[in-house]
Amino acid sequence: MEQGPGRGYEAAGFRGPSALRLVWVYPDLLSTYGDRGNLLVLARRARLRGVPVEIAEVNSDQRVPAGGDIYLMGGGEDLPQVLAARRLQADGGLAAAAGRGAVVFAVCAGYQIVGTEFGGAEGEPVPGLGLLDIRSGRGERRGVGEIVADVDPVLGVERLTGFENHQGMTWRGPGVKPLAAVLTGVGNGDGTEGAYRGRVVGTYLHGPALVRNPGLADLLLGWVVGTLPPIDPRQEDLVQSLRRDRLAAQGASS
Amino acid sequence: MSTGSPSSRRSSLPLRARLATTVGGAAGRASRLAGRGDGSVIGGVIGLRLKPDLLSLLARGRQIVLVTGTNGKTTTTRLITAALGALGQQVASNAFGANMEAGLVAALARAPDATMAVLEVDEKYMPAMLEATGARVVTLLNLSRDQMDRAAEIWLLARRWRAALAAAGCRVIANADDPLVAWAAGRARQVTWVAAGQRWHDDSWCCPNCGSHLRRDGEDWYCGECPNRRPPVSWVLAGDEVIDPTGRSRPLDLVLPGRANRSNAVIALAAADVFGVGVTQALGALQQVRSVAGRYTQVQRRGCDLRLLLAKNPAGWLEALDILTPAPVPVLLAVNAQVPDGRDTSWLWDVDYRRLRGRPVFVTGERRIDLAVRLEADEVAFRLAGTVDEAVDLAHSQSMDVIANYTAFQQIRAVLGRTV
Repeated sequence: MEQGPGRGYEAAGFRGPSALRLVWVYPDLLSTYGDRGNLLVLARRARLRGVPVEIAEVNSDQRVPAGGDIYLMGGGEDLPQVLAARRLQADGGLAAAAGRGAVVFAVCAGYQIVGTEFGGAEGEPVPGLGLLDIRSGRGERRGVGEIVADVDPVLGVERLTGFENHQGMTWRGPGVKPLAAVLTGVGNGDGTEGAYRGRVVGTYLHGPALVRNPGLADLLLGWVVGTLPPIDPRQEDLVQSLRRDRLAAQGASS
Repeated sequence: MSTGSPSSRRSSLPLRARLATTVGGAAGRASRLAGRGDGSVIGGVIGLRLKPDLLSLLARGRQIVLVTGTNGKTTTTRLITAALGALGQQVASNAFGANMEAGLVAALARAPDATMAVLEVDEKYMPAMLEATGARVVTLLNLSRDQMDRAAEIWLLARRWRAALAAAGCRVIANADDPLVAWAAGRARQVTWVAAGQRWHDDSWCCPNCGSHLRRDGEDWYCGECPNRRPPVSWVLAGDEVIDPTGRSRPLDLVLPGRANRSNAVIALAAADVFGVGVTQALGALQQVRSVAGRYTQVQRRGCDLRLLLAKNPAGWLEALDILTPAPVPVLLAVNAQVPDGRDTSWLWDVDYRRLRGRPVFVTGERRIDLAVRLEADEVAFRLAGTVDEAVDLAHSQSMDVIANYTAFQQIRAVLGRTV
């Protein structure tokens, strides 16, 4: 009986204590824009460095395991987004994991869910998980297209390239920093893109974000694993050429 | 349903509508002669500018079938048209996929004497086109993610379908195996439910009615938390056979390849049945269809037999990968991201390419680097090729399958001289 979107990329449960444990939260509700890409790229970049990886894809009818290292959340339509927020709140696993310092990387609808509040299908305020002190609502028009943004220099990550497709606007409370400053595109709606505090990172970039931005993927991996050995440049050729290609299409340099 | 006298239809149109179809038709012919596409859209655009309610006027008195869904619209339109051909009457159709209002107008204007029409309709426009045409039958094939940078989100789309179908008096022929489609048709007055299968599940893990995780048990699906479940079906696709409402089973024996086309065929048989075309007769017509708007055609190129497959979204790619000629026959994959394709290539990450491991794979198209990065992550070995010819030369093979998305497919057809 097939009960979820898992396709055999994932191992069943967590085994080795030395493995990097990736948790994809609710792919049944929050997976629209190639969100699987972020999972695959994290796993690939860890394995290329000899770090074993275990993956759990957790559907909305399952408990979110508290023992993961990196939690991924993707995009979703209004209705699934509200449901996901409700279930995650009732479950408590993600908040507990974030509370003990696990990495959370949330995209689009997931980004809004990790905040304190977002707009539901009719624009009504829906409580989020409060992992980041941010609020989101609906903007005037949909932001659809390529986005280029410069990451907060503190994080030491190269220029971001991605694709955004959302009508959200996001406001940050004190203590939450924007992930990046927008060069092209909409992002949070105020010239910034995404937000982070500690190890909780949210962004409107799909594209998927970690595919086009291996530096961002390595930032998350490094938070868990520590110093990362470099990857054989031959394994980076294609993604670097994709970055150049996409940035050049927006008239930006890498 | 009254159909009026076909010969009098054109002369019974208001003067401005007659002028609109005449001017539009002339523009369409001019466009065809100029070699700019099949000319079906420009004529409709001009006609509509002169007479905005032209579609309603042209539809009046005809028996119309609308065909919509994410994948299989053009093929199913062709199959239903072929099956209705058994009635010996002229059937109007937008056979080349011009599926918005202007395309529908052009198709009807081109065939003023046709008493029946089979019209492919873009998913977004179905409610408006249903209202404008007063269609007798609407067929719903499937609903999944597609070109999300410009298309509506699919749960929203399903909600609009549901409202439109509840308000209309048409018969709906719907794929009961697609939970979103079943929900969209759930409030229609008359529904023929078809077990047409669903290969792509990633947009229907959750109940469209209440959002809970859906349970699946073989073919069956049901919601654990609300009464929503798969409706009882009267037509069934069972492997390579169709089972009709009397329980009789027959082999489909299509020339068109793949599960998706068998699914389209069973839906076409159910649609033809509404018009009194029996299964045996309809099936005979479906078996004659060999290619649809260039899809599935074999073309010789530099000593290599190319077979062209169109796939526009993750569900389509899944079905296309299913029907590849077995290894070691090489495969050429071509991806663009122009406006008709969707400018966003994220969907590449929703397709599982691992089954291409261990066979020669070539990658081309304007966004071939996006695809290359995707294949690399799935550990599929491949070679980049600038053009189809380069891939053919690199492959050194007597045959090769080609899977391309929309504009990449059209570009390849153009290179091959549109012989297909």
